[in-house]
Amino acid sequence: MGGVSKRILLLLAMALLVLGAAGCGGDDDEEGGEAAQTGGTLVFAGAADPVSLDGALVSDGESIRVITQIFETLINLKPGTTELAPGLATEWEVSPDALTYTFALREGVKFHDGTDFNAEAVCFNFDRWYNFSGPAQSPSASYYYSAFFGGFAKNESEDLGDPLYKSCEARNPTTAVVTLTRPSASLLGALVQQAFSIASPKALEEFKADAGTLDEETGFRPTGTFGTEHPIGTGPFEFVSWNREDRLVLKRYEDYWGEKAKLDELIIRPIADNAARLQALQNDEIQGYDLVEPQDIPTIEGDDNLKILDRPAFNVAYVGINQAKKPMDNLKVRQAVAYGLDRQAVVDSFYGGRGVVAKQMMPPEVEGYADTVTEYPYDPEKAKQLLQEAGVQMPLQIEFWYPSDVSRPYMPNPKNNFEAMAASLNKSGFKVVPKTAPWDPDYLGRVDEGNAGDLHLIGWTGDFADADNFIGTFFQDFNPQFGFRDPELFKMLDDAEIEADRQARIDMYKQANQHIMDTLPAIPYAHTKPALAFRSDIEGFVPSPTTNELFNTVSIGGGSE
Amino acid sequence: MLRFIVRRLMLLVPILLGLSLLVFLWIRALPAGPAQSLLGERATPETIRQIEEQYGLNEPIHVQYWSYLKTVGRGDLGTTIRTRRPVTDELKERFPATIELTFAALLFATLLGVPLGYVAAKRHGTWVDHSSLVVSLIGISIPIFFLAILLKYVFAVKLGLLPTVGRISVLIDLEHPTNFYLIDALIAGDPEAFWDVSKHLILPAIALGSIPLAITARITRAAVLDVQNEDYIRTARAKGLPPRTVDIRHIFRNALLPIVTIIGLQTGLLLSGAVLTETVFAFPGMGTWLVEAIRQRDYAILQGGILFVSVVFVLVNLLVDISYALINPRIRVS
Repeated sequence: MGGVSKRILLLLAMALLVLGAAGCGGDDDEEGGEAAQTGGTLVFAGAADPVSLDGALVSDGESIRVITQIFETLINLKPGTTELAPGLATEWEVSPDALTYTFALREGVKFHDGTDFNAEAVCFNFDRWYNFSGPAQSPSASYYYSAFFGGFAKNESEDLGDPLYKSCEARNPTTAVVTLTRPSASLLGALVQQAFSIASPKALEEFKADAGTLDEETGFRPTGTFGTEHPIGTGPFEFVSWNREDRLVLKRYEDYWGEKAKLDELIIRPIADNAARLQALQNDEIQGYDLVEPQDIPTIEGDDNLKILDRPAFNVAYVGINQAKKPMDNLKVRQAVAYGLDRQAVVDSFYGGRGVVAKQMMPPEVEGYADTVTEYPYDPEKAKQLLQEAGVQMPLQIEFWYPSDVSRPYMPNPKNNFEAMAASLNKSGFKVVPKTAPWDPDYLGRVDEGNAGDLHLIGWTGDFADADNFIGTFFQDFNPQFGFRDPELFKMLDDAEIEADRQARIDMYKQANQHIMDTLPAIPYAHTKPALAFRSDIEGFVPSPTTNELFNTVSIGGGSE
Repeated sequence: MLRFIVRRLMLLVPILLGLSLLVFLWIRALPAGPAQSLLGERATPETIRQIEEQYGLNEPIHVQYWSYLKTVGRGDLGTTIRTRRPVTDELKERFPATIELTFAALLFATLLGVPLGYVAAKRHGTWVDHSSLVVSLIGISIPIFFLAILLKYVFAVKLGLLPTVGRISVLIDLEHPTNFYLIDALIAGDPEAFWDVSKHLILPAIALGSIPLAITARITRAAVLDVQNEDYIRTARAKGLPPRTVDIRHIFRNALLPIVTIIGLQTGLLLSGAVLTETVFAFPGMGTWLVEAIRQRDYAILQGGILFVSVVFVLVNLLVDISYALINPRIRVS
């Protein structure tokens, strides 16, 4: 045997050693990480990179998570709730006609670039949003602004409405007055969204937040660096660096007016794959991650080094009904569907103990949730009887759509939900014709256009804690998804939206919820609690139903065992 | 030779034109578009119309294609729809990652596969041969994502030796002038960073290299067996050449031809991105980039990315052809 083959044999032997090591594995658990420390660095994983750190021009959750740390809004939510709390504004006053909002601003607050936060800065931001032009008006950029304020100073699309915003006046350095063109009572609730966070006017101008080239051939290309390199707000963390697809680094803002961050650094990194996020957490490469898959929860709960935190339910999963398809326009048929759905069984079987049966089209945490509504417990006989009364031939054939390749917080496995529902409907005088499509964009496109059969599975996660963001979004106008016109319901929701008196408004939404559950434009079936996972020595993270979660209270506790 | 190369390069033009048209039409034939995908559950017919107007997606398809060609002609691949960045910027970040991973995987596959196949052939019919067959079969048949999760479980979660995600540890700061992290570490003269980046490459390279390893080993074995029985080998041995010289200069060199072909073809394939490996290791390369783009109907990335990958594929194949001539003087490309 020549020297070459000896060397080759040696290589082979090494390879076998490697493979052998892989085969027998090791059960000697590594001693848990670092010693006790205050400060330190926390690495948290999301599912994707942010798009931009300019709150006014994004609508995706990954961007918003980071923006929440850097920027602040006039109004906050009490941590872990949907209750309004002072933010950059310490107090506010709404005029009786719900047209004028006067905000008393917090004093002594400075932006990360050292400039003062004051009423002029607030109005600068409001005016900036209102004067967005060109691509910034696109719903892919300023979705939250146009969803709430309707339109801009100069609308560039016929699909935009009249602007709700009229003006902002800096009455003195600590008083800003926002005036609307028509009454709206949901402004305060809407202002907690990061789309309305207050940025440093100096930085917005210096780093050309709104600049960009609009090339017919290549689309809009932002040229400023505000949203990518110089996002400057007043929040507890300030921006350090962002290497795309790798890490986004934030550090403690030492001059923060409120509770200063305990961590020295917070690093956010994108890991798209669920299994990869879990293994990175087990390996202590990250100390926390969002969007935990329900099937991973037992693994995490069974590991002493890890823990699960729950977000309060802030979503609703529902069966949408398209009344444009006959005979779904018949109330009795819709009632039969409601009685024919075994919702309890679905929630018990497929939500891993993290769901409750939904009785209304919004979660109980939101003001306006009715005390009592008509309920539809599973009752196949009653369903058949209703179908008989409706005069349709049994079994009634209905097309039922569900999405494939997707898991949503409110619907971990659509196919399971669908199969259980189809089975119970088939026992209740229906004959379900199954239809499916990949979630995004195919399935969603069909649902929006009203092309997803008689029934379809879908749901909604709230943007902010206002009934208008749930039932107002679904049912305030004609919506091809549901294919009905109910002037009574439309008017109820229109009136409630602009009612300035809080209690009166709550009562109006309660009434609307009762009306909805009587007329059944859709059938809610589940609210769920999405989960986050952390190393067990991470303390102080308060999950929020609306994902407004601040990391300034988070600390790395007394070392793992 | 030069004429051959020039002719092959000129062939690129019709290939790319055809491909760009194909990709262009294909992605527009998919149901729903980028507007729907951008807005998800929040899309309404109005907002969709607004976005389509903005990106010129409401224009007739031939107008869209023409303006696309004009842009590409300027060396601009357009702007991505999701991140609003130039496609070329993202490409500059993604492609080096894939190249690093590809070369690491090929290094693993070649350094192990060729000796494995060679020894198997030399020990034809013995237990060495049989076990090499078993190893290759396992390499080919084990699903990558499963192998990846297993590797991570053993070497990271259990043994704590290697990282499971990304290209570099988040606690290491490194400038990225080239986006080849190994080269960046060398430029910065930072051995710790270099070691860290290498560690991040090991598991993905093994996972990605498992199939090429098996294929390379099988092909090497077959090629060596073939050559071994040739008359000129018998002649070489008969005239008393030392066995080592016969092995290297006569058997191995002649067996290299099919081996180089197969490695070359695999390089082309791997460079287009290893979707599964990249996903499981959160490795930001071409594969995950293109798959995400399909999911989000990001036309600009798909068009630019596929065009780019095709160019790379054609060029790699050209290099393989050229290397034939270098390895085997009997072959003259013309």
